[in-house]
Amino acid sequence: MNIRHSLIAALAFLTLLAGCERPPMDSVQTGYRGTGMVQVYNPRTVEANAQWHEAPPAIPAAGEDGPRASQVYKNVKVLGDLSVGQFTRLMASMTSWVAPEQGCAYCHNLANFADDSKFTKVVSRRMVEMTQHINADWKQHVGGTGVTCYSCHRGQPVPNNIWFTRNAQPYGSNFMGDKAGQNDPSPVVGLSSLPNDPFTPFLLGNEPIRVAGNTALPSGNRQSIKQAERTYGLMTHMSSALGVNCTYCHNTQSFGKWEGGPDKRVKAWYGIRMARDLNLTYMESLVEAFPAHRKGELGDVPKLNCATCHQGAYKPLNGAQMASEFPELLKRVSAPASTVARR
Amino acid sequence: MAQYQNLFTTVQATGPIHHGVELGHGNSPRTGEPIISYWAGKLGNAQLGPIYLGGLGLASLFCGLIAFTLIGMNMLASVNYDPVQFVRQLFWLSLEPPPPAYGLSLPPLNQGGWWLIVGLFLTASLFFWWARTYRRARELGMGTHVAWAFAAAIWLYLVLGLFRPVLMGSWGEAVPYGIFSHLDWTAAFSLRYGNLFYNPFHALSIAFLYGSALLFAMHGATILAVTRFGGEREIEQIVDRGTASERAALFWRWTMGFNATMESIHRWAWWFAVLCPLTGGIGILLTGTVVDNWYLWAVKHGVAPPYPDVFPAVVDPALGAGVQR
Repeated sequence: MNIRHSLIAALAFLTLLAGCERPPMDSVQTGYRGTGMVQVYNPRTVEANAQWHEAPPAIPAAGEDGPRASQVYKNVKVLGDLSVGQFTRLMASMTSWVAPEQGCAYCHNLANFADDSKFTKVVSRRMVEMTQHINADWKQHVGGTGVTCYSCHRGQPVPNNIWFTRNAQPYGSNFMGDKAGQNDPSPVVGLSSLPNDPFTPFLLGNEPIRVAGNTALPSGNRQSIKQAERTYGLMTHMSSALGVNCTYCHNTQSFGKWEGGPDKRVKAWYGIRMARDLNLTYMESLVEAFPAHRKGELGDVPKLNCATCHQGAYKPLNGAQMASEFPELLKRVSAPASTVARR
Repeated sequence: MAQYQNLFTTVQATGPIHHGVELGHGNSPRTGEPIISYWAGKLGNAQLGPIYLGGLGLASLFCGLIAFTLIGMNMLASVNYDPVQFVRQLFWLSLEPPPPAYGLSLPPLNQGGWWLIVGLFLTASLFFWWARTYRRARELGMGTHVAWAFAAAIWLYLVLGLFRPVLMGSWGEAVPYGIFSHLDWTAAFSLRYGNLFYNPFHALSIAFLYGSALLFAMHGATILAVTRFGGEREIEQIVDRGTASERAALFWRWTMGFNATMESIHRWAWWFAVLCPLTGGIGILLTGTVVDNWYLWAVKHGVAPPYPDVFPAVVDPALGAGVQR
């Protein structure tokens, strides 16, 4: 073993570390000392992503006075009680939030703005209702901060993080090679082999997420390990969607225990119910509006999960008070399912 | 000094090739003409072969090969028979046990049926191999320590794949055959049963696992350190302590007040190694069958310490009246 061999061996060993993030990491203690209740951040990643989580400047607010939008424009179903100034301000803002490159024509027939022939307009209207619903009825999750179109869209017609139900049996054969909905290097579950569509059972369906029992000895809890893996998959998604460790919400002693754990978990609990509600009530209602090329391989509508809004931040846009500049988005929607047009 | 820190064996004793002792009636002839390999001699004995195959060895290889091939074919089929993806995704690919809904009944082939067949052949293969280690040891007039140590590992394997699933009434409780999938299974197992770190048998198993590594390091280091005094002749030194044995013993008495002997260190090592899967298997077998939540069990028995609350009081939101689950 001469020096050259040692050097080659050392270099070969170092290449094994190529996939790792370099130290140092920032570690923030959140719980009692010695219990492992810490958040670990890579300060370089946080810095590199910081601009992604900045809210864009808002257009100056418009006056309340003057005729209503519904009196001036035709076919205004959701925002008709705004003043014309407020209405056009919101339309201009939505363009910059959702379709800055495509402009008004992304949703509107430029010859007749009232025309509903573009599916994007039908979807947008429903999404405005959804935004109002989130801000008015899901304060347990979004608090007073609320959301705007930009929370998810970030200047893109289709938000970065959406999901479709996955085909659990992608290949035709029914004889061999069942994937059981897992065992794929899927980014959804942090490249683990966990079930990679935890959204369909939990954020669309209402399957029990809790798997651990409430008693020391068996007392009828029949949750299986496979169900635990599915829950684990959902939690892995939540962790990467928020850029946090498990201990952001969970007690290290017992992941199922609420008492003595971080209060963030309550917010997350409502977040799961909110995502489910939005997928069922709003996204699914657009099944006939969306054209085939916007749907998943099984023909289902695009749906949202934690990453759709959070996009790697513990609070979307790091908690920027963006929605407060658009009070029309904070109003309670009158009739949740009224405006879905059939194509 | 440097020669004592070498990774490889520095002394290669070569002599006439040895075919092994004469075997009694009922034994098959040994397979292969032995050769001397300089490079094998760097790591162990320079002589390779002959191999004793025999009926048990053949049966074990046959069953093992079937299990190995079925796992591989299932993995290959799961990437649509694409050899490139098979290699790229190999660590993710897996053969899963049946969904829990099937209980202990026979599922369709592609719903865990293959998993059951593989389990049957793999278990047969392990049993044949165990019998082979037992019989070969007896044939050489040895004790059967290797066979019983191997049996401890087979115990853990059977607990994971047979005893516990049967007691739980579901093949779905068993471990998948895959690299990452069995690791994710392990983590999910702990999450489902309320943190396995509070399982005392799990704790014992870890102690024996790490203890085995520690003992092996201590023993290997001690023997290498006294090689210059003939310390590698451990067995002779059990009954005829030379200066190597005395120095090694003195070193440990000086540093920690107690020393194992040339004989007892091997009993220490054997029992630590064997107790690791034995206690681990007990811990797994109790999980779900006798204890459902190890954290709550540990609280009940004063094992889990209480910590001061530092977070605002939290109440399970599902307990509220009229909320969605």
